[in-house]
Formats: sequence, structure tokens, C-alpha cells
Amino acid sequence: MANPVLVVEKLRIEFPQRRRTLVAVDDVSFAIERGEVVGVVGESGAGKSLTGAAIIGLLRAPGRIAAGRIWIDGRRVDNLDPAAMRRVRGRVVGAIFQDPMTSLNPLFTVGQQLVETIRTHLPLDRAAARDRAVALLAEVGIPAPGQRFDQYPHQFSGGMRQRVVIALALCAEPKLIIADEPTTALDVSIQAQIVALLKRLCQDHGTAVMLVTHDMGVIAETADRVAVMYTGRIVELGRVAEVIGTPRHPYAAGLMASIPTIDRRQERLFQIDGAMPPLAAIPAGCPFHPRCPRAIARCREERPDLARAGAHLVACWLPLGPPS
Amino acid sequence: MGAPPSPPPALRRPPGARLRALWAAFLEDDLVHEFRHSPVAILGFALAAGLILAALLAPLIAPHDPYDPAGIDLMNGLLPPFWEEGGRLVFPLGTDNQGRDVLSGILYGLRLSLAISCAAVALSAVAGTALGLLAAWTGGWVDAVIMRLADIQLSFPAILVAMLVDGIARASLPPSEHAALAMPIVIVAIGISGWVQYARTVRSIAIVEKGKDYVEAARLIGLPAVLIVPRHVLPNTTGAILVIATVHLATAILTEATLSFLGLGMPPTEPSIGTLIRIGNDFLFSGEWWITILPGVTLALLVLSVNLVGDWLRDALNPQLR
Amino acid sequence: MIGFIVSRILQSALVMLVVGLIAFALFNYVGDPVNNMLGPSATSAERARLHAELGLDRPFLVQYGDFIVRAVQGNFGLSYQYARPVIDIVAERLPATVELSLAAVFLALALGIPMGIYTGIRPSAPLARVLMGLSLVGISLPTFFTGIVLIVLFAIVLKWLPPFGRGEVVAVGWWSTGLLTLSGLKALILPAITLCLFQMTLIMRLVRSAMLEIMRTDYIRFAMARGLRMSSVHFRHALKNTLVPVVTITGLQMGSIIAFAVITETVFQWPGLGLLFIQALGFGDIPVMAAYLVFVSLMFVAINLLVDLLYFVIDPRLRTGGG
Repeated sequence: MANPVLVVEKLRIEFPQRRRTLVAVDDVSFAIERGEVVGVVGESGAGKSLTGAAIIGLLRAPGRIAAGRIWIDGRRVDNLDPAAMRRVRGRVVGAIFQDPMTSLNPLFTVGQQLVETIRTHLPLDRAAARDRAVALLAEVGIPAPGQRFDQYPHQFSGGMRQRVVIALALCAEPKLIIADEPTTALDVSIQAQIVALLKRLCQDHGTAVMLVTHDMGVIAETADRVAVMYTGRIVELGRVAEVIGTPRHPYAAGLMASIPTIDRRQERLFQIDGAMPPLAAIPAGCPFHPRCPRAIARCREERPDLARAGAHLVACWLPLGPPS
Repeated sequence: MGAPPSPPPALRRPPGARLRALWAAFLEDDLVHEFRHSPVAILGFALAAGLILAALLAPLIAPHDPYDPAGIDLMNGLLPPFWEEGGRLVFPLGTDNQGRDVLSGILYGLRLSLAISCAAVALSAVAGTALGLLAAWTGGWVDAVIMRLADIQLSFPAILVAMLVDGIARASLPPSEHAALAMPIVIVAIGISGWVQYARTVRSIAIVEKGKDYVEAARLIGLPAVLIVPRHVLPNTTGAILVIATVHLATAILTEATLSFLGLGMPPTEPSIGTLIRIGNDFLFSGEWWITILPGVTLALLVLSVNLVGDWLRDALNPQLR
Repeated sequence: MIGFIVSRILQSALVMLVVGLIAFALFNYVGDPVNNMLGPSATSAERARLHAELGLDRPFLVQYGDFIVRAVQGNFGLSYQYARPVIDIVAERLPATVELSLAAVFLALALGIPMGIYTGIRPSAPLARVLMGLSLVGISLPTFFTGIVLIVLFAIVLKWLPPFGRGEVVAVGWWSTGLLTLSGLKALILPAITLCLFQMTLIMRLVRSAMLEIMRTDYIRFAMARGLRMSSVHFRHALKNTLVPVVTITGLQMGSIIAFAVITETVFQWPGLGLLFIQALGFGDIPVMAAYLVFVSLMFVAINLLVDLLYFVIDPRLRTGGG
């Protein structure tokens, strides 16, 4: 498993404010192997989207990478100058955003946007770029791609637009795609199609995916491994089947128990008491302790680091054991 | 006399400390903090406050009374400011052709310009807000007519609308009455030209509020609009109205000055800043620059300071628009 | 699309009818043409006869219709002030105003748009801050005062440029142009700068805020995430999207320029329509006022129509309807 496509090491993202600095992401480390799909789950505000934005170098000011290092395809990128990072984006790492209705420029045809992206990164002439664009549209499942090529985004439905967005992300055969909530804005009936498409395409092209979502169902269907984030930190990291089957962190356990399943008949879905604290009010010790049913004195004082527990990594002083 | 009743606990701390605590909390407020850290806003605010204060106190601080014919001596005509050769400290900024003190003229003119502009802004704000609320609340054809009217007026520049209203009033009144009515005419002309922006903004905010659950609930339990609108809808529009009014005040001052400069606003017997510039314009080529340039600079400073405050206010109330 | 244009033309016609009504009301009720033609010493019999001769005893709608018909033919009657047909005076004054306004519009756009783009792309650069500061001064300076200061500086102190008038003009058919002589061009410089300054700062500030807003959109972020060159992101993707608000504003600004031309022409004694209008306001010359009102409204309506057509060129969502 040498030479992973993405390595993130002790990433820390800060937002300087008037009187203090908020730490939105802290001590986040993980790697993604070639062709692997890694899910990142957590509530909104847990820092998962920010981590994705930091990787592609598009953190919005005043947010900034305060510490840590990032390598994409073996190349350190967190300290690249903007022009060099620009060449990495699209070529080595692609991105898919949440809302396909707003991701496409309304004043350019789908074809113009594809051809421009292709020709920015690949040495193709106009005709060859057009052929490639039409082939990509066909590959993402858009019917009559030759005609659709000359249409504007508003002539596509939401699901079709997200297919175009995926085609745009794949234009220059990047080795990694950061997919930030790619299905959240779509109709439920279309979500499954898009997830299946993304998974198939990335398998075909050997593209690794960092799949950011709050939907455990999407992770369960798509990802190889999953990282669970809480208040800017990874609290559990492991293979999807194991994390879902035998979660070790009490927060992850609560999250898994809240997935509705067909075979498990429940009176009502499980729910974790309380809410994730805002960044300005993260408690000392384990940030989850006020909501944790198993909290002990140590949890209130010392922050646990990610450590091996069984087959996963868990940040908890008192991880749950495997079911007996 | 028995012992005085002990004050309630909250008042027991020395008043100085309580005031200091209040002051500290005030300084920590976001709006105030923005203000304290924006030298431009402080400058604008100080300038505006200074000019407004000078205008209010004009009768007290002006060295002469420009409306008093007894105090005017033609022999003192066209004196330059005191730092130029021939200037006299009695007339610090010089005199005009009739011997009126320029500084006093500016102070009184400022007062008049501000009074007219504030009245016009108030007129626009009240009329625009009322029409906006009416359009949002009733909807239907009332809404359609009001907004259509707004569209049409918006395609005509405000200054032209003001000129036209003023011109019509001028043409339909005999000259004797016109002089007496000059001020109300200018106020109405500027007021009519400015209501559209208030109406549009208030309407769009009110429509959003109208759709909210609590307003819906208030309507469902049968509260009349006269109770709901002022209590629940109007307060949500105050921020926007404040920003518009500040920017509009700057425009209104400019419009008044422009009308007066063109000879359509205030007459020379009751000169606003614009009238002073108009009077002085005739003396540019003979070298008496102070009669027109000094009122002009005062006017520009006043408008600039109001614009600075308006700009800051908009940024502070709308942080994402920076 | 054709339906949209037809409806816009109908709306414009409606606006013109309303404006015509105001002009007609001015003409007939404010101005009292009988009084103006006969003077105060006329007998009431004379008045009544003229009243009937002018058709003022006919029903309101008939008179209004008659006014519209005459206005369409360009017949606005005689000016009280000059005792000549209003339309002749307007035709004489038109070239001066058109040349001044076009020069100002050109300057305002050619300078305002690039400055707006720059300050929108680099909002915290030192030069952008300086420009924003200056722009606030620009919108705070009354147009007439700008003109006065320029006259003092360049005409009185430096004596480089003429302080007023239009210089030498050359007749090209019925159009008298000042663009073909050196003195005409020199005379144009100060008024054009005066007229454009306010509009230029306004355009710059509006382009800037449109640019800032668009740079925050998802599609710009996605364009950056695809690694497109920043020049393309700024000047292709963002700029084209700012065009919609910019075209709207430019249309409105052209209306403003016509209005502010009145002020500029007064300051520089520029022999255009604006000066004519101001003199008419002062004199109570109702036919000239009415003609100016109709004429200016016609320009505004034409500009608005042009703006609507430009939307079609820019925005495909309007061209093809929803998908």
C-alpha cells in the first residue's frame, strides 16, 4: 500500500476572529489509497467540508491552514503558490460540489465549459477536445450527448446537471476527486443513481474519492473506509463494514444507530441527546463528553488522541468493545 | 428622619461602575466595534456631526446675520478672506458683492440645505415605506399599480423628476407666491423623486416577513393588519430604511443644491448652499473665487461625510457584502 | 422572445402615452395658452374667440388625441420665448447634447468598467482602496461644482481650455458637429469630464459590487476547482455574468447622463437641449418644456428597450426559456 494518492497529516484550520481564533479543524490525519473511496461523515460544522476545501486549496478567507501538511499524488500541496496549485486542481484532484443547480456557469453552454476545462489541462486541439467532451457526456449517461453539448445548464434537470458536473470533474482524469455532499441537493429518487454513477466511473478510471457527506446510507453503499468527524476532529476511522457493524466511539455508535434499517424493527430511531457545540464553545477534555452516556472523569479533563482499537482507530478513553 | 430605604441590589454598586460597565458593553457591541476600528467612519461621523452642529448653531456662532439688511453695507462688498491681501478678520471668509459675510452665508445656507434635505428624506421615507407595506400586504392590483408606477419613475432620473415638479409648481404659481412657497416646493419636489427605493426595499422585506410562520399565525388568530404590520413587519425593515435614508440624505442634499444652483430652488433672498454657489458663479472670472468655491467645498464635505457614514453603515449591517 | 419584445414595445407605448398626458396637461392647463398669446389686457370676447379657435372648448379626450397626433408629427407649437416652432429649436440644439452625452457615456464606461473589475477582483489591494476612497469623493461632488472647479483650474488659472461654449462647429447636413474642429474638441473636454465623473464612479462601484458578488458564487468556485486559469475565471466566467447588472445600470445611467447634461450645459453654457430646458423652466416656456419632456422620455424608453434586447443577447435563459 505504498504511495497513497492523498496524505493529510495533522491538519489544523483556523478562523481568526475579533477576539479569538476559532479552530475549525484540528489534528486531522488520514490517507487515501489509489482508487479507494473514503467517506467523511459528521454533522454540519464538524469540519468535513473545510477539510475538503483545504485539500484543493480553496479555503475561503479568513479561514487558513494553520498547521499540518497535505500531499496529493506524492506532491506537497499545502504550501504551493496559487499558480502552481491552480495547475494541480482539475488535473490531479477534481471536485464536485453540493448543488448542481448553482455549480455550472449559466451563461456558457455545457460544451464550452467542458472544452475549456479539457484544453486547460490536456494538449488537445478544439476538435479533439470536443470529441472527448461528447464522449464524457455519454459516459456519465447523458442521452443524445452531441445535441446536449450545445445546450445551456438551465436546459438540464438537476440530476442531469450533476452528471455534467461529474463529467467536468473527470475531464482531465484526476487521480482524486473531492465530492462534497454530491447528492444532498438532489431528489431522493436520483440520489442512488448519482452515487452508483460516481462509484462506477471512479472504478473504471481508477480515481480515488473523498466522499464528504452527512448521509451514512451513502457511505455504506459507496465507501471502502470511513472517517467520522466531530467538532473538527476525526473520532473514528476504519473500514466501513466494521465501523457500521461494531462502532467503537460512542458518537459513531450513536450515528450508526440512527441509520434506519429494514431488517431491524424499531419503535423509533435512536437519537443522540444534545447537539454538537459551536466552535467557540468546545468543552475541554473529550469534546463529546457532555453528550456521552459513558463519560468518566478522565473524559472531562484529557483529550483522547486517535489510537488503535481493534481494527479501527478511535479517539476515546473508553471505547465500546466488540459485541459479545 | 429614619434610615433611607436601601436601594435595590442592582443599584447598590456605585453609579460610576454601572455606567462604566454599560459603556464597556456598548463598546463591545458589534456595530460600535466596527465603528471604532474604521478610521474612515469616525472621520465621516465627526465631519458630519461638526457640520450639522454648526448648521444648528448658525444663529449663535455666525458673525453676522445675512438676513438682516441693516447689517449689510455695500461698502464691504467683495472683500477676500482674511488671509488674502485686503481681507479683514471681521469677515473671515470674505464677503459677496452685496457685502454679506460668506462664512455667515455658508452657516445659514447649510442650515437651510440640511432642513430641506432632512424634510425631503422624511417625506420620501414615510411615503415610500407606507406604499411598500401597502403593496406587500394587499398584493393584487394595488401592488401591481404601485410597483408599475415605481418602475416608470425609476426609469426617469430623480433630479429630472425634481426639476419637473419644481418647474410645474413655478409655472402654475404667480411669482409673488412662489418666493414664499419656495421651500415647501423644493421639499416636495425632492421628496417625490425619492420614494421608489424605500417602497421597493420595504416591499420585498415585508413579503418575506408576511410568509413567516409567526405572522401567518397572527393573521390566523384574526389580528388586524394595523396591529401586525407595525409590530412584526415594520421593525424588520428599520435597518434597510436607515441605510437607504443615509445614502438618500446625501443625494437629497446634492439635489437641493443642484436645483438651487440652476435657479429652481431657493431664491437669493433666502439662500441655501446651492444658491450661494449660483450667486458666486458670476464672479469666477473677475477673480472673486471665494464666493463660490468656499460654499462648494463645504457642500462637498457635507455630502462626503454623509456618504462615508452611509457606506460604513451598509457594510456594518451587511457584513457579507464587503 | 417575439412575444416578450412586443409586450415591451406596448409597455413603452403606454409609458409614452402617460408622459404625453402630463405634457398635454402642462400645455393646456398650467400654461393657459390663451393668456400667453393675448396677454392680460385682452377682452373676454377676444379670449372666448381664441379659445374656440384653438379648439380648447372640445372634449378632453379629443384635445388629448389631437395633441398626441401633433406630437407624433413633431408639432409642439411655438416657443413663448423665441416665437419660433419648438421643433426647429429642438433640432438646432440636439447635436450639441448628443455629442456631449455620447462623449460622457463613452468615458464613463471606458474608465468605470475596468476600474470596477479591478477593485472587484482585488478588493484589498492598495490601489483598489485608493480608487474606492476616490470614488466616494466622486459621488459626493455635485456635478455643477466639479464643473466650476474644472473651469477655475483649466480655464482661468492654467488657461488651457475654453471655460464655456462649444467652439467652432461644422455643418454636416442639418447636424452641426463640434467634433471636426480643434476648438470644438477642446471645448468638449471639460464638459465631458464633468458629466462623466459622477456616472463613472457610480459605474465603477456597481461593477465592483457585482463582481464581488459573482466571485462568491458556486460556479466561480467550481471553475476554480477545475483549475481554470484565473484570467479565464475573471474575464470570461465572472465578467460575462456581471454584464447583466452592468447593462441595466448603463441603461439607467444613460438616462441620468441626459438629465445631468442639463446641469453641465448650464455650467458651461453649452448650447444644447438641457440649457434650453432650464431657460424654458425659468421663463415658463410651456411648449418647450412639454417638448423636452416628450423628447427625453422617448430617449429613456428607447434606451430601456435596447437594454431589454441586450439581455437576450447576454442571457441564454431568456432566449430559450426554462429547460
